[in-house]
Amino acid sequence: MGFEEPRLNLSPKVSDEIRKTTCYMCACRCGINVHMKEGKVAYIEGNRDHPVNKGVLCAKGAAGIMQVNAPSRLRAPLKRVGPRGSGEFEEISWDEALQLAQDWLEPVHKKNPEKLAFFTGRDQSQSFTSFWAQGFGTPNYAAHGGFCSVNMAAGGIYTMGGAFWEFGQPDWDRTKLFMLFGVAEDHDSNPIKMGLGKLKERGAKVIGVNPIRTGYNAIADEWVGITPGTDGLFILSMVHLLLKAGRIDLNYLAQLTNAPALVDSTEGPNKGLLLRGEDGKLLVIDRKTGQPVVFDTKGIVPDLAATYQGHRTVFQHMAERYMSDEYAPENVAERCGIAAERIRAIAADLARVAFDESFELDQPWIDFRGNKHETMIGRPVSFHAMRGVSAHSNGFQTCRSLHLLQIILGTVEVPGGFRFKPPYPKPASAHPKPHCKVTPGAALDGPHLGYVQGPDDLCLKDDGSPARIDKAYTWENPMSAHGLMHMVISNAYAGDPYKIDVLFMYMANMSWNSSMNTGGVMKMLTDKNENGDYVIPKIIYSDAYSSEMVAYADLILPDTTYLERHDCISLLDRPICEADGAADSIRWPVVEPDRDVRGFQSVLVDLGARMGLKGFLNEDGSAKYKDYADYIVNHERRPGVGPLIGFRGEDGKEEGRGNPNPDQMQSYIDNGGFYEIHVPDGANYYKPWNVAYQDWAVKIGIYDAPQPYLFDLYSEPLRKFQLAAEGHGDRQPPEHLRERIKETLDPLPIWYAPFEDENVDTSEFDVHALTQRPMAMYHSWGTQNAWLRQIHGQNPLFVPTKIWQKNGFLEGDWARVTSVHGAIVVPVAHMAALNENTVWTWNAIGKRKGAWALDEKAPEATKGFLLNHLIHELMPEKGDGMRWANSDPVTGQAAWFDLRVKIEACEAPDECSPELPPIKSPVGQGPKDLEWKVGK
Amino acid sequence: MTTLPKTTQKKLGLVIDLDTCVGCHACVVSCKGWNTENYGAPLSDQDAYGADPSGTFLNRVHSYEVQPEVGPAQLIHFPKSCLHCDDAPCVTVCPTGASYKRQEDGIVLVNEDACIGCGLCAWACPYGAREMDQAAGVMKKCTLCVDRIYNENLPEVDRVPSCVRTCPSGARHFGDLGDENSEVSKLVLARAGIDLMPELGTKPINKYLPPRPKDVAPEFDILAPYLEPVAETQKGFLGWLDKALEKI
Repeated sequence: MGFEEPRLNLSPKVSDEIRKTTCYMCACRCGINVHMKEGKVAYIEGNRDHPVNKGVLCAKGAAGIMQVNAPSRLRAPLKRVGPRGSGEFEEISWDEALQLAQDWLEPVHKKNPEKLAFFTGRDQSQSFTSFWAQGFGTPNYAAHGGFCSVNMAAGGIYTMGGAFWEFGQPDWDRTKLFMLFGVAEDHDSNPIKMGLGKLKERGAKVIGVNPIRTGYNAIADEWVGITPGTDGLFILSMVHLLLKAGRIDLNYLAQLTNAPALVDSTEGPNKGLLLRGEDGKLLVIDRKTGQPVVFDTKGIVPDLAATYQGHRTVFQHMAERYMSDEYAPENVAERCGIAAERIRAIAADLARVAFDESFELDQPWIDFRGNKHETMIGRPVSFHAMRGVSAHSNGFQTCRSLHLLQIILGTVEVPGGFRFKPPYPKPASAHPKPHCKVTPGAALDGPHLGYVQGPDDLCLKDDGSPARIDKAYTWENPMSAHGLMHMVISNAYAGDPYKIDVLFMYMANMSWNSSMNTGGVMKMLTDKNENGDYVIPKIIYSDAYSSEMVAYADLILPDTTYLERHDCISLLDRPICEADGAADSIRWPVVEPDRDVRGFQSVLVDLGARMGLKGFLNEDGSAKYKDYADYIVNHERRPGVGPLIGFRGEDGKEEGRGNPNPDQMQSYIDNGGFYEIHVPDGANYYKPWNVAYQDWAVKIGIYDAPQPYLFDLYSEPLRKFQLAAEGHGDRQPPEHLRERIKETLDPLPIWYAPFEDENVDTSEFDVHALTQRPMAMYHSWGTQNAWLRQIHGQNPLFVPTKIWQKNGFLEGDWARVTSVHGAIVVPVAHMAALNENTVWTWNAIGKRKGAWALDEKAPEATKGFLLNHLIHELMPEKGDGMRWANSDPVTGQAAWFDLRVKIEACEAPDECSPELPPIKSPVGQGPKDLEWKVGK
Repeated sequence: MTTLPKTTQKKLGLVIDLDTCVGCHACVVSCKGWNTENYGAPLSDQDAYGADPSGTFLNRVHSYEVQPEVGPAQLIHFPKSCLHCDDAPCVTVCPTGASYKRQEDGIVLVNEDACIGCGLCAWACPYGAREMDQAAGVMKKCTLCVDRIYNENLPEVDRVPSCVRTCPSGARHFGDLGDENSEVSKLVLARAGIDLMPELGTKPINKYLPPRPKDVAPEFDILAPYLEPVAETQKGFLGWLDKALEKI
């Protein structure tokens, strides 16, 4: 008797239609296929044609459907009716909301634009939001880079004209040894996983350097459980070994970097600057003649060993510094928590692969000097790094140290090494400088953010005080290329450097996980002055969801979800290019909002026109753009260059440059939501120096003229700040910062201990405390997601074996964790694969009761916690009356990972502390059960 | 009691590479998405925004720490779903014939129309690979995306389980493990793939590729010559440099 199998329909209809757009479940910006049934989102998968993810999709992306239906979505504009922080609002119409916003903003624009602080968090439209802020005339604009990874961006751009993530990537197809430093599991989400998969398939070696062995480090062939904040020392020790052994690419250093440039040794205002010829070009000594020549002369052999009239080359300064015994493995091993033998073994492995496994591609190319090369030399060693190295007060110099290591091995922009993605390479000197000149009723004098070349470019008022509310581009942090979002509320509250009238924020959960000193920030947002008015008078906030920050604003402009909006991922902004192609993409409303919400960028277009901001009106006074989609298609940043590179020109047949095309948006939709221009063969390596690449970049509008350059191993802008600190020049730092500038703004990469180590007794606060984001959740957004919160619904503090045993912890125990700033009580869990002096937890799982439409008893609110309560935005007071930011002294990057704590076992409470009272949810609470099937 | 087919024409299954899986849960959520919308009842969630959320998943990733005798601790990410066993105890225990193994390709399925939600199959499965859906009251399990792999409405390249299509690191492979010439069989052979708990005699079709040895530092003696100093002093280094530059 056979069993009869049921008859199955093996070819069910998958969907009515596939709509292709761009994911926004994190900052990775993958292409997605949104399967629609009966007009509703039924299923989301990766887009196989997309340059970023090539079909794959992470857990967050696949869970997007639970974001579009989330009960935490805001429904209509809200006006605060209870006290700030209570969550008591009334719904108002858009007319009323926009009128209110205009009533608050327009007088500020007309009389004193700097009284607006406009900061946009995890904004993916920064080229637009900055354009709006520029039109408004306030100098106070930035996004979240200052509390994220500006050290990485600035360290890379000042050193080699690009950094990791959207700036560049390993040559995944050719690299044989890949070294990963301090990468949280979500940076950058899918391309790293895809790359690691390629390496594993080929059996290439992966070395992970991270105090925590999870995620990418879990599959690393070798794991280096380094002590937090010592990566730079470890790297410079390897530089020491490689230099001493002569395992460096001398030809690369001589031809393509400023290693042969001559360092002025004359005492005085030029000491330490590089010698230049009459036309301002760097001078080098040609080994053929022994004479100084400008660096880009055809046929020269720049001499790394030269001394000219007492001026030695950068290379000799490097050799002198890094061959010093202070960097010998034996002298750094204990501090780094890595055995000296291990440091030697890794350095030797780098040397072996870079030089013994070198290869050549049969690809001729012509360099910027006009020299023809028959082949491209490959060095198959590559690196990647992210917040683990950058979120320290020594992060900028650590990032520079890592680039130094890459460059002495000759492995940047070569086959098998690290490759830039268009529009990079782009040196700091080719970026705009910051602008801060305020004129009432008019636009700012230029873009807010940029790359300073010296003290003259700082954003200071005539009296020397900071021009910006966040004190970016001041002597406290001269190269703060992304601003300091983490200081805005603190400074505005303190009236230091001045008070503001309106705080306007977008997608930044500042009263929770996006701030240091979370409890303090809540107080700053709710404190009143002697007149009974809020110290920060007016707060406008835009978000799609009922985040913790909503309760602290006076006016809420509800945004759409990412599937209900237009967006562009532009080359003018943070692009999605690959090393072999320039690419950009769009979002479009694959579903229409079912609530009274509007895309934030369209609201800015509307407000811009209402206030008559520069760039938002036609000559006849009518609104220039209908909405953000209209701006995306018709805005021109320079003639012929707009937000999108594809389908330009009246006929839609031009790429890169061309007149606006009214059908451009539809062409993008028809093309799968993105556009890609491939880098031509022969132009895809040696990009900073390769004539073929430079010409192509000009052709598609990335540059207006070729701009080849040398890598700045020695950074003159840094030296210029040092010179000022030494007393040279008109613009002088305040006395209390002189020594710090001399020590930390060194023109050659250095290592110094994280500032927290000086501020606290390290024998008492003997444990390092870190956070990282899980791969399956992004910031706080995931916690409202019915599927993702089942994966990460609470976050214990992971404790290494040594500390676990010392405290006699058992499963289910709790601990009091104390920093110099505060204390929290949290659940602990044992983890062996961890640096023995480090504890950590997942970031942004902890939630405030009442937020995100969750039950007040949700585990996120009772057993989830934030480490942010232990980290202050300021360093402990030094008794000098100054407010010292807890930030990198070069860039102002928030030094999250400097944190030191002590751990003590304690009685198990019912909930984590600090326990905060619930906020009233403006959207109620989510449904009990879900059976989410769209199709019948 | 339901009988198993004596043989199946194919042995379709997954090969999961534990050396490559970073534990990102992409497969978990992609599976949840596809199978909520497709085969049978949706995968429901209880107390979805509440104090004790739980839901039905056909695939979950577990993480285990391993402390080797020598070297630092390791973390292994271990995705687990139905292994489509040849000798599947979940099938033979089923009182209604709802749980069955397809003769054509070996996929183990639950016919939800015949499932009475007794839960015996979940008890019988030694891998914990079946979950009772609390809303529908029927047993849910990995279908190997039987409604994708033959689906003529999908482009051919997409006729793979959704977990395989989405896996960012390429740690999941799908194919016929009954065909020794298939890519998956070759992979299992090359990487010494293993059965999960073979001693139970369930003859799982899915295979796991074990993690490669980790933290095996190269013998230092082999690498030592790479770091032989060219000179001990700064002056000596400059002398070396001068000679080295001449050779370029």
